[in-house]
Amino acid sequence: MSAFNPDRRRLLQAFGVSAACAAVPAWAAGGKKAGRPLGRVVVIGAGFGGATAAKYLRKWSNGAIEVVLIERNRQFISCPTSNEVLGGNRAYESLVHGYDQLRKNWGINLVHASVTAVDTERRRVRTDSAGEFAYDRLVLAPGFDFNFAEVAGYDAKAQETILHAWKAGPQTQALRRQLVDLPDGGTYVLTIPRAPYRCPPGPYERACQIAFYFKHHKPKSKVIVLDANDKVQSKEKLFRGVWESDYQDIVEYRPNWNVVSVDAATNTVTTDVGDKERGDVLNLLPPQRAGDIARAVGVVNVNGRWAEVDWTSLESTAVGNVHVVGDAVQAAPQMPKSGHMANQHGKAVAAAIVEILSGREVRPILLANTCYSLVDDQRAIHVDSVHRYHPEKKLPLAVEGSGGVSREPSAEEGRFARAWAETIWKDTLA
Amino acid sequence: MKRIAFALLGVAAALPAGAAPQGDAPTTPYFVANCFNCHGTEGKGNTAIPSLAGRDRAFLEESLKVYKAGGKPATIMHQLAKGYTDEEIAVLADYFSRQK
Repeated sequence: MSAFNPDRRRLLQAFGVSAACAAVPAWAAGGKKAGRPLGRVVVIGAGFGGATAAKYLRKWSNGAIEVVLIERNRQFISCPTSNEVLGGNRAYESLVHGYDQLRKNWGINLVHASVTAVDTERRRVRTDSAGEFAYDRLVLAPGFDFNFAEVAGYDAKAQETILHAWKAGPQTQALRRQLVDLPDGGTYVLTIPRAPYRCPPGPYERACQIAFYFKHHKPKSKVIVLDANDKVQSKEKLFRGVWESDYQDIVEYRPNWNVVSVDAATNTVTTDVGDKERGDVLNLLPPQRAGDIARAVGVVNVNGRWAEVDWTSLESTAVGNVHVVGDAVQAAPQMPKSGHMANQHGKAVAAAIVEILSGREVRPILLANTCYSLVDDQRAIHVDSVHRYHPEKKLPLAVEGSGGVSREPSAEEGRFARAWAETIWKDTLA
Repeated sequence: MKRIAFALLGVAAALPAGAAPQGDAPTTPYFVANCFNCHGTEGKGNTAIPSLAGRDRAFLEESLKVYKAGGKPATIMHQLAKGYTDEEIAVLADYFSRQK
């Protein structure tokens, strides 16, 4: 097994450069030579969690761990900041990033293919178009998938017109078009599933962004938020304060509205107690669970939805040599399913696997989270936390006295929010 | 998707047994990477969020301790700094001061 990936060698040859005179890759910078090969890790999924894990496995093993990163999409499309696109405050193109830097800077064998089978006994991953890969350790970073079946009537046909836009991409653009096409006076209805779901403050930020757009372009239009939870799930006072001060005649928030069915013909949702609401634009977020591949591999062992991990190494408690990161994980208390946290999981799992393959003892690392929400075209609010492993409870718990939320929305935090996005995209992908 | 049996392809490519214990300690105190998300990989950023790489060690340590004690106005660092022990703050300051 070579620490020098054949894809990179081919790439260098294609540019007419021999390996000997090529620029030193980042993982081998500083005069360090790659150590002797420690093994091969296959990472499935190149979102915030998987891409970060792949990069830091190469970086922290000094190139001694071979990394195969399997991702079916050719581009990374950022969910964080995608609500700004809906509000008309950001260009969609700014969400879209390539994967080339991971190859060039870190010597990662990036494979664009779909995984068709995982044999966890022989430790092999099969893909539809790129053959098979053996692994010493497997990292699953599948994100989440929807339980569409929990909302009666939300079938494939209904999904064509009633969007979730909760995975950034074509649906982000399509929902933006629906909002632009909406006549002034039309109603936008957003439904939120019971927690846990990806990005706890995300729906409320979305309500702010769309209310901002309505305020300036469709002042007679309304935003109706139907939340299956009993209250706003993140930054509650701050979001409610902004709705009161800035969007008083636009945003209407209704807790305990658990949507269980939808009628696509009339754009109407119905709750478990029979309440109904119609929207000219209906934006329905169904209940969520770990991505399909997690279930197929057998790591989903909490409520049939999420994957429990040993928090020292993020190794699955169900299947050996398989680690899980990001949204798919059964989160610890107060730990959000966020891109920021997925990036932190990626680093934690990289550190753990470097230690394991080096024959050293794994120590859990601290995890931190920061989530910014843009409440208009300039101002942001944040929530943050630091999580430290508790040896008796075996969970990374929020450090007492640490973390918190903004005092108030500010343009200063708006600048930090946009800087955060630029920085985490680079930390994950370059 | 079902788990399928793979044909053995000659010698197994995975060599877990090849990873004999190495006595040396990890070269990176991994938790420093908590800061990379906002301040850039290795603390090297070029945005509205301050870069940390190459800053004076004593300045970084003092700043984090003052944030932790609530003695310096901030939007977020007064909350995050409380998550770290003084010993960890010293490690962070030392690490980032040595990045070029």
